[in-house]
Amino acid sequence: MKRKAWTFLGATIVCAALFAPPAAAQEVIRIGVTQPLTGAFAASGNYVVQGAKIAEDHINAAGGVLGRKIQLIIEDNKSNPTEAAATAEKLIAKDKVPVMMGAWSSTLTLAVMPKLMEYGVPMLVETSSSGKITTSGNPWIFRISPTSEMEAKAFTPMTKSLGIKKADFLSTNNDFGLGAAKEFSEMLKSQGIQVGVMETMDPKATDFSAQIAKIKASGGDTLFVTTAVEQITLVLKQSKEQQLKARIITTGGSNSPDQLIQQAGDAANGSMHLVFFTPWFPEAVKNADLAKKFVAEWNARKHHVGGLTEGFRGWDGIMTIAEAIKAAGKAEPAAIQKALWNVKVKGINGDIAFIKQGPAGKESAQNIPRVYVVRIAGGKVVRN
Amino acid sequence: MDQFLQHGLNALMLGGTYALLGIGLTLIFGIMRVVNFTHGELYAFGAYMMYMLVMLAGANFFLSLALAVVLGVALGASLEFTLLRKLRGADIDTTMLVMIGAWIALQNAEQLAWTGVAKSIDSPFPAAPLVIGPVSVLWNRVFVFVVALALIAATYALIHHTRLGKAMRATFQDRDTAALMGIQIGTIHTATFALGSGLAAAAGALLGPVFVAYPTMGDLAALKAFAIVILGGLGNIAGATAGGFILALAEELGAGYISSGYRDAMGFVLIILILAFRPTGLFAQKERIG
Repeated sequence: MKRKAWTFLGATIVCAALFAPPAAAQEVIRIGVTQPLTGAFAASGNYVVQGAKIAEDHINAAGGVLGRKIQLIIEDNKSNPTEAAATAEKLIAKDKVPVMMGAWSSTLTLAVMPKLMEYGVPMLVETSSSGKITTSGNPWIFRISPTSEMEAKAFTPMTKSLGIKKADFLSTNNDFGLGAAKEFSEMLKSQGIQVGVMETMDPKATDFSAQIAKIKASGGDTLFVTTAVEQITLVLKQSKEQQLKARIITTGGSNSPDQLIQQAGDAANGSMHLVFFTPWFPEAVKNADLAKKFVAEWNARKHHVGGLTEGFRGWDGIMTIAEAIKAAGKAEPAAIQKALWNVKVKGINGDIAFIKQGPAGKESAQNIPRVYVVRIAGGKVVRN
Repeated sequence: MDQFLQHGLNALMLGGTYALLGIGLTLIFGIMRVVNFTHGELYAFGAYMMYMLVMLAGANFFLSLALAVVLGVALGASLEFTLLRKLRGADIDTTMLVMIGAWIALQNAEQLAWTGVAKSIDSPFPAAPLVIGPVSVLWNRVFVFVVALALIAATYALIHHTRLGKAMRATFQDRDTAALMGIQIGTIHTATFALGSGLAAAAGALLGPVFVAYPTMGDLAALKAFAIVILGGLGNIAGATAGGFILALAEELGAGYISSGYRDAMGFVLIILILAFRPTGLFAQKERIG
């Protein structure tokens, strides 16, 4: 038995040596991806990965980067900050990735950030919107998604056209929700608009009857909701249940209007949503041809149509990283970090380029993305 | 005043489902002395079975509800049979670890089977709410409330007024004596666990159409159920029922008039206060079963 095992092992080694390609020429470039593939944010994290894989296949079909294929090493951060930090550690220390993309939610991204400092590896942030991420002095952060402050600023002109007089807030109780409520309420106050109650909900909660009763009593004409699509669905349904009259506007771009129409039905009508990609009318975005191609490929792969507003982030993120590796001329963390500062990429959201944010000398990079507002009417997404 | 009335109505509706979640757990936790971490997963299982039957198979809503509960009972029975039966007599730590493992395995199986995208389940009730003066409530929630109360009453009657209930109480009071009296101990263990699991699945099947079904839906539900059981006293069905309503009221009023950020903390603050003064729970007289 023992001899057999040794023979087998020996044969395996010989075979491996014979058939293994010469290491240097064929070695792939690994890109680490940490996303919530299970847990509370599983739906969104999986969409981002699906978009990232479309980018990976696209790049490799065109010959890869620097003559080498790229390979995504995807880790599940389980929607849990502790796990998120652990996945970063694993990707950097064990898989030796020179660059990463992640980690979807603000809380998860903030948990990963110290690891980037520790090992000196850049991370492209594709989703998170908390201001803290680019203002805390972490020079390894490159964010392509908008901050809550940018969203609030983009929304400012609409406060007049919608005639908002008094607004209430309902936000998920984490960095994402609280950050958005702070930025939007400050923006409204600066416009002379009254801010009523600012309610929060546990990210795992499903019953918001108490919060909605309080919001109804406050009597604002508009309710700003910031959370992921699952909770938005329930907020819409339960607002209808309690006959809340206020117009509901969701921020953060993880609101998947298609999924809301499917799951909240009639209750979704009349609600408005800040999104960063408009797959319903791809001609409206800056790089319309690219957007159309992406939507076609997404549908060809039979991915969920409601996932497009998340999936595009994965594409934009990986394409930006690939561009930086190309510009750096080598797949090394410091070189990629340096190159990222100068990339200009045509993305699905728009043109991607970075500006400096945060304390001088250790600035983080922030893209200035486009923000779109759509409305649900008669069970369809319409342009606002 | 309108707001207060709405909070009161909300608490009543929520309390019914909390009580239903609580009694299923109190049976297993209090009577079998098994810390049942799979309770929340049975709750999610019930909701997913509703999704499968109503949305995929197109079955009748009420028939699906009954079937989902039966399937929950079957899953509970098989969990007891495959996992807990071998652990009878093992210390509480071992059992707890196994149950934590089962919890994780079940949750990931749900994720694998149904993906992370939340599923909504249609109900035959009108979408327009029932409006009573200044307050309103969904018809579906009224239905859930009524069925929950009926299930609680039926469970109480089963434990206190049937031979099976008497056998359950006897088994967990003194297993050896019960066995000597001719009670099939193994069957009683399986039946108790299946009953508790069935009640959790019933809660999930009832609430799935009110909310949405998603793989981690059981986590917070299980946490609340544990709170209710501790509040009401282990193994006390009437206590768990009252505990459910008290927790719902504390959450509603706490969120409405103090701060919604602490909504889910309110209940636990209440528990700490009650346990500080009544360490065996609000309604437990002595170490007593039933």
